[in-house]
Amino acid sequence: MAQKAIVGEKVGMTQVWGDDQRVVPVTVLRVEPARIVQVKNGLTDGYSALQVTFGQRDAKKLSRSEAGHFAPKSGARNVAAGRRLVELRLDSVDGFEIGQEIKVDTLAVGERVDVTAVSRGKGFAGTMKRHNFSGQGASHGNHKHHRSPGSIGSCTFPGRVFKGLRMPGHLGHQQVTTLNLEVVQADPEKNLLLVKGSVPGPNGGVVIIRNAVKGSSKGK
Amino acid sequence: MKPTDIVEKQILRADIPQVGPGDEVKVHVRVVESGKERVQIFQGNVVSVYGSGASANYTVRKLSYGVGVERTFPIHSPSVAKLEVVKRGDIRRAKLNYLRKRSGKSAKVRELREDQ
Repeated sequence: MAQKAIVGEKVGMTQVWGDDQRVVPVTVLRVEPARIVQVKNGLTDGYSALQVTFGQRDAKKLSRSEAGHFAPKSGARNVAAGRRLVELRLDSVDGFEIGQEIKVDTLAVGERVDVTAVSRGKGFAGTMKRHNFSGQGASHGNHKHHRSPGSIGSCTFPGRVFKGLRMPGHLGHQQVTTLNLEVVQADPEKNLLLVKGSVPGPNGGVVIIRNAVKGSSKGK
Repeated sequence: MKPTDIVEKQILRADIPQVGPGDEVKVHVRVVESGKERVQIFQGNVVSVYGSGASANYTVRKLSYGVGVERTFPIHSPSVAKLEVVKRGDIRRAKLNYLRKRSGKSAKVRELREDQ
């Protein structure tokens, strides 16, 4: 698991100049300071994680259960309500306390991160789009089967279609993680994080950024 | 305004003149060879300008010893020391790809006259 994690919002892609004056394609992520709402550890919850919120939300528009979660009447905590509650799984939550802010400068330039988000929904997609099938010929007498999957199995034996056969169906809108993206810039004043490469999901989507769990062939 | 402009506007250069297709330009390119930097001039006609914002590019075509050479530069590239406009061109289309098939006098771009 990760030692560091933070939540952000995808702004979009652009490009910046690298040290060698070459173009570096980057995704801009807005990482507002995340406020810790709840600290989960092995004793109380069976696993360690931080429940955080970010951004602002009108306190009057909260439901009672939400308001009670951010600031219970018992006075156990009083955290300003944010746009969403996000849980960040961590190896260890030692040193984190309720109300503490996690900022973008927890990540350093050059560090490798994994970015998790919900990918864009593509709806019901055929096998060419969903599983990169080749489709069928445009000509040679083909009639209305240009994008069909083709054969899906044998005849009397086995007499059924194998489970797990790749077929048309719903594509996208699932959690996707992009591994080992390089941090190009982390700006705590503007609350911006620039990572090299693309990030799943639409602009405006919520992304979770944590330090890379797998090693990279490029070192670090 | 795009949301990514907060990043893009930092890398846009204000010292680059507006260039369009047909213009004859001198591109002062920074070349790093064996650790040393020098400036090389690439002079020719802009045959295409494409892209927008930080990712806008232009292509310059010149004849080098009778061979056509085209180079594409990002407009805001830090490796361009200076961009000079020598002449403005009088052209009728946005992409001057027809120059590739031409040679001699017909491969020239007419200069834009002030009284036009």
